[in-house]
Amino acid sequence: MIINNPGSIPDVFIVADNILSPIGSTTAENMEALARGESAVVKHQHLDINPESIYISLFDDLSFNIDKSYTGFESLLITSIADAIKNLKSGYLDEKTILIVSSTKGNISLLETQPHTGELNKRIALHTSAQLAADYFGFKNAPIVISNACISGVMAILAGMRLLQSGQYENAIVVGADVISKFVLSGFQSFQALSSTICKPFDKDRTGLNLGEGAATVILSIHQQNSDDVKVSSGAISNDANHISGPSRTGHELGFAIKKALLDAGITAHDVGYISTHGTATNYNDEMEANAIHYAGLQHVPVNSLKGYYGHTLGAAGLIESIIAAQAIKQGIIFPSLGYAENGVSQPINVATSIINTTVKRALKTASGFGGCNAAMILSK
Amino acid sequence: MAAEKYITGTCNISNKRVVQNGETLFTGDASAVDSFLLSAYQHFHYSYPKFHKMDNLCKLGWLAAEVLLQGFDKNYYHAEQLGTVLMNANSSLDMDLRYQASMAGVPSPSLFVYTLPNIVAGEICIRHHFKGENAFFVQPNFDAAFLVQQVGYLLDHNILQACICGWLDVLGAEYEAKLFLVEKVKKENAVAFSVENIK
Repeated sequence: MIINNPGSIPDVFIVADNILSPIGSTTAENMEALARGESAVVKHQHLDINPESIYISLFDDLSFNIDKSYTGFESLLITSIADAIKNLKSGYLDEKTILIVSSTKGNISLLETQPHTGELNKRIALHTSAQLAADYFGFKNAPIVISNACISGVMAILAGMRLLQSGQYENAIVVGADVISKFVLSGFQSFQALSSTICKPFDKDRTGLNLGEGAATVILSIHQQNSDDVKVSSGAISNDANHISGPSRTGHELGFAIKKALLDAGITAHDVGYISTHGTATNYNDEMEANAIHYAGLQHVPVNSLKGYYGHTLGAAGLIESIIAAQAIKQGIIFPSLGYAENGVSQPINVATSIINTTVKRALKTASGFGGCNAAMILSK
Repeated sequence: MAAEKYITGTCNISNKRVVQNGETLFTGDASAVDSFLLSAYQHFHYSYPKFHKMDNLCKLGWLAAEVLLQGFDKNYYHAEQLGTVLMNANSSLDMDLRYQASMAGVPSPSLFVYTLPNIVAGEICIRHHFKGENAFFVQPNFDAAFLVQQVGYLLDHNILQACICGWLDVLGAEYEAKLFLVEKVKKENAVAFSVENIK
């Protein structure tokens, strides 16, 4: 087992970030909204995506004053990256910088509004959007796109960490976004996975998830820019090898990824101060995740799910939630898991029910998705 | 830190042909993707009822992995040491178009689940009990250097001991599978896992 070896493998820092959601256009605005207990999930009547009103998190307008040649999805990517870059103390946008994009469905809504042609196939492709975003900022290297279901955002950060650790690049702009279309909404409806209220992760009355739109960016660098920059210490991915749309019954595979991440960070379960779960509020996910947390010996650690604030933002979720976890380390604040009142999983975990002000030195971020994929990542001071 | 890494198997499926380690095992006569994949499945006498429920990307990946792993004994490894790194240009667009067309009726969860490109990795993991890392990248072309870098990292850092990697793309009548099995042990006829050897 290769453990981080000081001197040969550089530390990777989050040197700037952005959360672009319906409750805020910057990380700071989002933190303020969470502190007020504000949720982006509201009852929407939006005939383009659904005939009836639903609880969902949507932007009013996806154009964000960018040239109309960009789609809403691309506007999200570009606007989020632009704000993160603005927060950099010094620019690192040269040939040592790589752009990594995470998304599950990208421009899929174009299928609903445009005639299907060979040209449209190319326009929809995720790598087309990634290249447009790279060109907008003048990034020198060809971008990388990760589309690995709902772990995409966490996986993208880990991919960035590894590319920096391997010495190939010094900086990575990691951005994720997804837009809610009729396509995406109808799919989750077909699974009967959607909640008719604001979702309640881990609660006994949970009835499913809300979908949400959002984007987020983290800029990773081996060059620390601020004294409180959070490190991406380690991470691991696993697969349930069990079912393509239902998670593992035991949670051992996510548990394995968590244990591997702890081992690679050179820490134990005692060292984790906060867990930001995937917490979709579907029975299978929450049950599996609680099992995994027990399996890894983390049942006493404060946990929350942010899905009650943002809904499930798919390719952006792992990034948004990782940024809030990094803020927990910086600011010493753990937000309550919105919607949670009473334990609803068979192996109880320590769900935060009010704001906790505490010192968090190391945070664990987890994610799980269709295809049986799981991700775990350690952020640290 | 860099470990020796070898290509211990290859499988290419394109132009109506299934090729293992450079040797053509099957040539089909069906021009439609569905029919060709089914004829290959039948030719090899595979029996896996779930195959028939899959979309074409998963069928292609499942078949390629089946051929690729002929003779591979997974018992030498822990399930968590086995993983996949896959790449294509069109994500799951082939299935997205079918799902989109189906939305006029009642949307089906069994179709929707295939509108994620990484489901093919999930199907391969289920079939062969691979529980380690799995990654799906969407790049405009087969990027040999990137693949060697990504898989190299996973094996060099002992995150994986064996990895199925390569290209799996389906859109309309076009399809191509180009898979490699990479291990640290040098088997008969194995060549080094390098950019030159996977181009």
